[in-house]
Amino acid sequence: MTLELRQVGKAIGPEVHIYPTDLLLEPGQFNILLGTTLSGKTTLMTLMAGLEKPTSGQIWFNGRDVTGEAVQKRNVSMVYQQFINYPNFDVYENIASPLRVARLPEDEIRKRVTHISELLRISQMLDRRPDELSGGQQQRCAMARALVKDSDLILLDEPLANLDFKLREELREELPRLFAERDCVVVYATTEPTEALLLGGATATLHEGRITDFGPTERVYREPVDLNTARVFSEPPMNLATVEISNGVCRLTETLSWPAPAILSDGKYTLGLRPHHVSPVQVQADWVPVESTIKVAELAGSESIIHFESYGNQWVSLVHGVHPFETGAAAVLYADMAHAFYFSPDGKLSAAPTVGYGRTKEGN
Amino acid sequence: MNKTLNQKAWFFVIPVLVLVAFNAIVPLMTVVNYSVQETFGNNQFFWSGLTWFQEILRSERFHASLQRQLIFTGSILAIEVPLGVMIALAMPRKGFWVSVCLVLMAMPLLIPWNVVGAMWNIFALPNIGLMGKMLNDWGFDYNYTRQVGDAWFTLILMDVWHWTSLVVLLAYAGLVSIPDAYYQAAKIDGASRWAVFRYIQLPKMKRVLTIAILLRFMDSFNIYTEPVVLTGGGPGNSTTLLSIDLVKIALGQFDLGPAAAMSLIYFLIILLLSWIFYTVMTRNEDQ
Repeated sequence: MTLELRQVGKAIGPEVHIYPTDLLLEPGQFNILLGTTLSGKTTLMTLMAGLEKPTSGQIWFNGRDVTGEAVQKRNVSMVYQQFINYPNFDVYENIASPLRVARLPEDEIRKRVTHISELLRISQMLDRRPDELSGGQQQRCAMARALVKDSDLILLDEPLANLDFKLREELREELPRLFAERDCVVVYATTEPTEALLLGGATATLHEGRITDFGPTERVYREPVDLNTARVFSEPPMNLATVEISNGVCRLTETLSWPAPAILSDGKYTLGLRPHHVSPVQVQADWVPVESTIKVAELAGSESIIHFESYGNQWVSLVHGVHPFETGAAAVLYADMAHAFYFSPDGKLSAAPTVGYGRTKEGN
Repeated sequence: MNKTLNQKAWFFVIPVLVLVAFNAIVPLMTVVNYSVQETFGNNQFFWSGLTWFQEILRSERFHASLQRQLIFTGSILAIEVPLGVMIALAMPRKGFWVSVCLVLMAMPLLIPWNVVGAMWNIFALPNIGLMGKMLNDWGFDYNYTRQVGDAWFTLILMDVWHWTSLVVLLAYAGLVSIPDAYYQAAKIDGASRWAVFRYIQLPKMKRVLTIAILLRFMDSFNIYTEPVVLTGGGPGNSTTLLSIDLVKIALGQFDLGPAAAMSLIYFLIILLLSWIFYTVMTRNEDQ
């Protein structure tokens, strides 16, 4: 069972929402759409579901062209960011509603609803109405509705975004179990890199209506094909700077330099450094000291997020422990340049820190 | 424990008290005062107890106007609420035509009430009015100043024209507040158009519809200006609603006692019916 997009695009008037996209999604894993708000995640999902018709390209499901086929005939389920349930049905009737439309016999419905409500831990509240439930329970009910029929395609559009932190953690831990024994394609949209990494599977990064990269989540994180992918897949945002390499030395300024990765030829590059590779403490001798002015230091319990300006670049450091700084203070932070990404001027990845910069593509 | 007393707060309350006293309590108490006394117009008053209330409650005339009032309010509610919801459903959800529709809908609500009455009075005149003349030319024997049925037809038509917009606007506000995701979810389920209305739109509109029904109920029960200008309560007494009857007693005959008693009964009826409406419509909400 596979879902394949062939050059699928969507434009409304002159405005392009999705540029022609190729994508092959497989069952048995989470297929994650990662992108900021308005990057086109929801539009792409409505196209996959068949709620909207693409303006170009074809959608193939299981070797069959389903472009333009009505969503009712496609055996699709969808869970939304808002908790969508029928307001005046109780939880039982809500979960049963897709089965009633499919005209299943009553005892089959009861069997399935009982099973799925136990799986989602809402069997205690089957006789309540959605507005009598907490947000987490409402979303569990909506998920149960999506899972109760054997859909071929399940789309989850930021299902955890409207939940508070604890409930989000709780439900996320359960997610892999819920989909474990299903033969269906699961697509999961999120804005949070951490969520993508925790769910694993495959990730497609979306940037302004284009899929910039698609592959196993870990690979996309460690070796993003280009700058946009790396930026989408970093929270807090990736630290960027323009650097120049000549004679094996990489320079940020006249005085600030460090050895460049051997595989890079001379020229200008964009440096990308994840926030947790910048620290106020020098742990290793080869970490490069950068003189900075502190903008804001946020102390989030066991972590510190330090925003600072250095040589005209706005950078962020994410470190364990409490590191209080006065706003406006001058400080020296240390950058672990051995973990830096290098992108060529056209945005393509030139060198990634994985395995000592050994595995990057040639010619870039 | 010593509580700190701060009497200053009273100063902030006094203006409101004065305001409420002048625009509600004092006039109401004057009416109560009239309703239990008899006067012969020379500023002499005699205690009469509950006589006026008994008289009004037993009076055939009051029963007849109350009955007309109930029929009127019942009919306009039965027409305006479903019609308003239907128009709201048919209105576009986004784009250029939304504002055009909204302005068109709001138009009747902006016209002064006596102008509405005058407009329909002329519009429906059987010899020169556009509607009256046309109906007669098509062979209907239509004359709202002489025939009871025609008078009622015109009266209800006028109210529907004037006030359905209010229901439309409220229902529309309820409809546009439903997130698109609900419609998508229903589409995925394969729900029919009727099911979407019955199980998504109607429950989501419930609150605004409650308000719409209550407002239309109270306003139509209080209606005075438009029917007075249109029919003046006639022909005969056939369209004399409660408020028209009340004005006839109070200002026409200058029977202050019975008019005051009738005002209070009128007020209590509206209060009671509004309360019943509200309780019935919201009874399922907090079980």
